[in-house]
Amino acid sequence: MNEKKELRLSIPKEEVLQPGHLACQGCGASLAMRYALKALGRDIIVDIPACCWAVIDGPFPYSATNIPIYHTAFETAAAVASGVSNGLKAIGNDHTTVMAWAGDGGTFDIGIQALSGAAERNDDIIYTVYDNEAYMNTGIQRSSATPHGAWTTTTPVKHYRKGWKKDLDSIMVAHGIPYLATASIAYPEDMIKKYLKAQKIKGTKFIHVYAPCPTGWKSDPAMTIHLAKMVVETNIFPLYEVENGKYKINIKPKNRKPLDEYLAMQGRFKHLPQEEIEYLQKTFDEKWEILLKKEEHFG
Amino acid sequence: MKTVMNGDFAASYGAMTSDVKFVAAYPITPQTLIVEKLSELVADGELDASFVKVESEHSAMAACIGAQAAGIRTFTATSSQGLLLMCEVLHWAARARLPIVLANVNRAIAPGWSIWADAQDSISQRDTGWMQVYAENNQDVYDSILMAYKIAEDNDVLLPMMVNLDAFFLSHTSEVVDLIDNDKAKEFLPAYDPEYKLDPNNPRAFGALTSPEHYFEFTYKMFEAMEVAKKKITQVGKEFGDIFGRYYDMTESYKIDDAETVLVTFGTIAGTAKESVDRLRKEGKKVGNLKIRVFRPFPTEQIIDALKNAKRVVVIDRDYSYGNEGAFYTEIKGALYDANLRIDTYGMIAGLGGRDVSTAVIKEIVEKAETSEPNKTYFIGVKR
Repeated sequence: MNEKKELRLSIPKEEVLQPGHLACQGCGASLAMRYALKALGRDIIVDIPACCWAVIDGPFPYSATNIPIYHTAFETAAAVASGVSNGLKAIGNDHTTVMAWAGDGGTFDIGIQALSGAAERNDDIIYTVYDNEAYMNTGIQRSSATPHGAWTTTTPVKHYRKGWKKDLDSIMVAHGIPYLATASIAYPEDMIKKYLKAQKIKGTKFIHVYAPCPTGWKSDPAMTIHLAKMVVETNIFPLYEVENGKYKINIKPKNRKPLDEYLAMQGRFKHLPQEEIEYLQKTFDEKWEILLKKEEHFG
Repeated sequence: MKTVMNGDFAASYGAMTSDVKFVAAYPITPQTLIVEKLSELVADGELDASFVKVESEHSAMAACIGAQAAGIRTFTATSSQGLLLMCEVLHWAARARLPIVLANVNRAIAPGWSIWADAQDSISQRDTGWMQVYAENNQDVYDSILMAYKIAEDNDVLLPMMVNLDAFFLSHTSEVVDLIDNDKAKEFLPAYDPEYKLDPNNPRAFGALTSPEHYFEFTYKMFEAMEVAKKKITQVGKEFGDIFGRYYDMTESYKIDDAETVLVTFGTIAGTAKESVDRLRKEGKKVGNLKIRVFRPFPTEQIIDALKNAKRVVVIDRDYSYGNEGAFYTEIKGALYDANLRIDTYGMIAGLGGRDVSTAVIKEIVEKAETSEPNKTYFIGVKR
């Protein structure tokens, strides 16, 4: 009972994100914003480049968030946030949180240069990538965050995505930023805790949120949370933090689930032959071992 | 205070006198001296501003957009390829109605690599929604930056402004520049306090998805703002002159009243043209010069007024709109057409890639106009 009560209290009641936004049914990205804003509150400025959220917040003159939102060009999320943050500091505002909020295309691909620049300078921003593993806003084209094996409109079934998802988290860790975390919308307490921690740290904070997309993944909108949970239970997307170079894995599944079920729930993987599924399983297991070693050596 | 400095430093001091609070910039020859001087001024505490050394020009403008949207006066400087890389975000700054000021050192576009004077960079950004000034000398660079903030930040304008200076002829050439006292500058240009900004206490979303229902009107409002800007530029130029003794306008006429041949020039070529006018007049030729100081908004009315009595209009372009003619030439003809003025015009392309446009070249241009078919484009001094 006590444990249950504590869990409830760890999620702030106030809803900053309001109903009436334009997300698809079962959208992981809208939940991601909901939880992030619950943690970060209203003393915040958020910039959003081209991505689903450029639409989700609502068309002019509407906004579903009721916080200052700045829509920016595709590759500029980090640079605009750097400008806001450094600008505010120049006029003595040290309290307002500045967050860049971008999709995987805007982060892994077209925005990586500006992101790398901001991280190298250690500008005081929170950078969130809500990762739905393809260009969903433009109609499901592959990005460098699209996983091996996946169908997208530019990696059709006969030519499904071959090659590994870019390990952006390691790239960001290599920048020596003070805080990096992965989060999943199926673990709101964990996610909110990470945003609260990030808000207290000066410098560049990078939060990689796993955000299922029923539209692009051809999955049942009712199963979004389930998928976001399974991705952690299968070790495909481990929840961990890197604070000043120190790794900490937040959830270590006792019995790692096989990924068959996770794949079977998504139309984007239905063409995969058995040997590809085995290859995926083997590689994800290897990557998990590497992460364990990182925690062991740099924990 | 009178001092000697190059055009790049004049731009840096222009930003400092304008009390900018935020600078984001990326180095490119021949703009580098601007960012170096600004780094020094910030490091020495002479300029109380944040200077973000970004990883590209694209991010320089993006960071300025962020800071300016948060209600902070920003400045950046670039040149050539750097300005081209900014193209997308130049449009963004203008449509977001952010009064950012940018110094652009006019430099040629590659390939082949060229670091020398040529206006192709800024001319190719003509339709980004930025106001454009072309400086004739280093004092003009310095003064124009201060005036640019005053014009751009006007509530009925709210458009960014680009101050252009020719590579090396200004950027690396030292001239006397009269610097303005900070307190006096503040009287002329008060602190930046925009009505609309990113503010958690008054949250708004900026730049959201805009349907055909509204987009058209946003563009129309920029048309209105540009029209207001025309008056504002003249007005601010006069106000500046009344306080500091140096008067500016969108155009500057030199000995055109009785001129049969009027040269139309911009940038440093305008200075040489005025000298050429004096020399040619000694030879008995009735020549004058019309300097186009502001290219956007385009000073149609002033141009018509200045050229209406000319027999021959000779436009010198240090740029070329591929497949047509010099950009200034096209627009000057458009202005004349508006006033039903059918004057012989000559499009003279000169000085590309930093080739010198001396008084001798300008003399050649005038002679060429006197002996050639009108309403055509000529490449001056081209080796065939």
